[in-house]
Amino acid sequence: MNPVTLLRLGDADRGVLDLLRAELAGELGLPVVLSEATPDISGFFDQERLQFNSTGIVRLLHGMFAKDPPRAEVQDIRAPKVLGVLADDLFIPVLTFVFGEAQLGGTAAVVSYHRLQNERYGLPRDPARMMERLVKESLHELGHTFGLVHCMSQECVMHASTDVEDIDLKGDAFCRACKGAMESGRNDGVR
Amino acid sequence: MNKSNIGILVVDDELIVRESLTKWFHEDGYRVGAAENAAVALKKLQENGWNLMLVDIKMPGMDGIELLQRVREINKKIVVIIITAFAAVDTAVKALKEGAYDYITKPIDPDYLDHLVDKAIKQQELVLENEKLKDTVTELSAPADIIGDSEEMQKAMELVRTVAPTDTTVMIRGESGTGKELVARAIHAGSPRKFFPMVTVNCGAMTETLLESELFGHERGAFTGAQYRRKGKVELADGGTLFLDEIGNVDMKTQMDLLRVIETRQFMRVGGSEVVRSDFRVLCATNKDLEKAVREGSFREDLYYRLNVFTIWLPPLRARRGDIAKLAHFFLEKYSRAMNKPMRGFSPEAMHALKAFDWPGNVRELENAIERAMVVSPGPMIQKEHLPLDGAGPVMADGKRLEDVERSHIFQVLKECGWNVSRSAATLGIDRVTLYHKIEKYGLKRDQ
Repeated sequence: MNPVTLLRLGDADRGVLDLLRAELAGELGLPVVLSEATPDISGFFDQERLQFNSTGIVRLLHGMFAKDPPRAEVQDIRAPKVLGVLADDLFIPVLTFVFGEAQLGGTAAVVSYHRLQNERYGLPRDPARMMERLVKESLHELGHTFGLVHCMSQECVMHASTDVEDIDLKGDAFCRACKGAMESGRNDGVR
Repeated sequence: MNKSNIGILVVDDELIVRESLTKWFHEDGYRVGAAENAAVALKKLQENGWNLMLVDIKMPGMDGIELLQRVREINKKIVVIIITAFAAVDTAVKALKEGAYDYITKPIDPDYLDHLVDKAIKQQELVLENEKLKDTVTELSAPADIIGDSEEMQKAMELVRTVAPTDTTVMIRGESGTGKELVARAIHAGSPRKFFPMVTVNCGAMTETLLESELFGHERGAFTGAQYRRKGKVELADGGTLFLDEIGNVDMKTQMDLLRVIETRQFMRVGGSEVVRSDFRVLCATNKDLEKAVREGSFREDLYYRLNVFTIWLPPLRARRGDIAKLAHFFLEKYSRAMNKPMRGFSPEAMHALKAFDWPGNVRELENAIERAMVVSPGPMIQKEHLPLDGAGPVMADGKRLEDVERSHIFQVLKECGWNVSRSAATLGIDRVTLYHKIEKYGLKRDQ
């Protein structure tokens, strides 16, 4: 079984990634390894927006870990998974920001904890709360790489969230339906 | 909401925008398509199943506004959201005027995008649901019970179809039991007011004070027992139709009140001082000789002219004997279902008797006769002896109003006595003046 690889991008905190690795392994039931590779993502920084282009980073990670070029359609769900984690803000050109981005049924995903920190909203620093949010968003983006779309259930980590309140409200694990879909996809390669 | 049934088409000349939005909605579970220009978008619109379009306003060739206009021509149900590079109020206003649901500026706040799309799709679902409900109401409110192939009935129904869609006041005239209320319902159902209520007031069934309160409602404490404010039928008919049944039986004071409310569409509740407005269409019905009542001064001439704008005369059943068989079978089927008693039909003798009878109580009497015959018939075939048409007497079914029974009985006695009023009065055990009053009250005529 292919492990999930975690990649520290930019100035992401090593301690945060260590904690994240353990949490993800527990929920996914898969080996999660923290890679020592530090790919250069500076080319994806937008000087005007002061954000990183998440689509570019996802493509870079795909190129590093997948054999085939990325496709628009759902790809091989059994492909190896890689999740890049960074502390800086992410965007896709048409949106003001994203918490993360993933290839649906593909290999690569990226997540940022920039907007998951309380201090960004004028609240006291709360590393534990930030970690909870990061675990949820990391599981969410990895769920997409396993072919899962957004789930209607607020109990499920695949529930869509466009602000931190949404993230706090939703559950921190896959619902039974999403877990089942993910496991069957992992086993036979279909969604 | 099953999002995989909802199609979103992204139209933008920038590949990155198409890819980003396609992916965004795909992750949300929607069925997503993309087009790089208006021409491709229009081609894709030939495929069914697009609910929402996100259209960039600035594209080479046909721009977003023009595409929006074309989409509105093709399919008004598709929700179009315009994407602009910067907030230009004039273009945004233009887009909204052309029928866009809303506009968003790039870069889009993801929370706002999700909220907007969700809201637009929910509203579209409500519109579609509303259309379906309206179709269902139209279907359910269709005047299915008006049966008659005879020329007289066909002419009456043609008039119903002509006048129904208008807001014209209609007076429906005909003997008791000819189906005046059904025709009123058909007119209401065929009018743009069909989604509002048709409120019926039986003017003949109430005393003067009761009718006033029934029509106009009352305020709390207006009279003993008025513990709450109560809306009257005129107020309840707001937006719909007010059907004044047996208008010829209304007393002079209420005639005056009715005239005022019909002319102004304004009134005051009993015991109230507030002027209440109500928008209603008036339909009325009578079996009385209103012209005679006007001549005699018992019916206001101004009210008569106000009500007698368009008249539909319903023929008595004996004047359309050709419809008796069809009506008889209709009622047989209706009560067969209601009683859960399978019936095959009528014996030739029974049908002959039905066709030969005069039916002074008209269709209502025929319906009662068939209901009663079904109760007493042991088998699936109605025989002549099951029909209560023996002798000259009309059918008196249980539950029939006393007035109907009295009318039929007086009519039969008059017929038996050759319309000799003195003999008829003696037979009935009443004086001649009373009989004259009854003849007038029930609109009885020798040639009926």
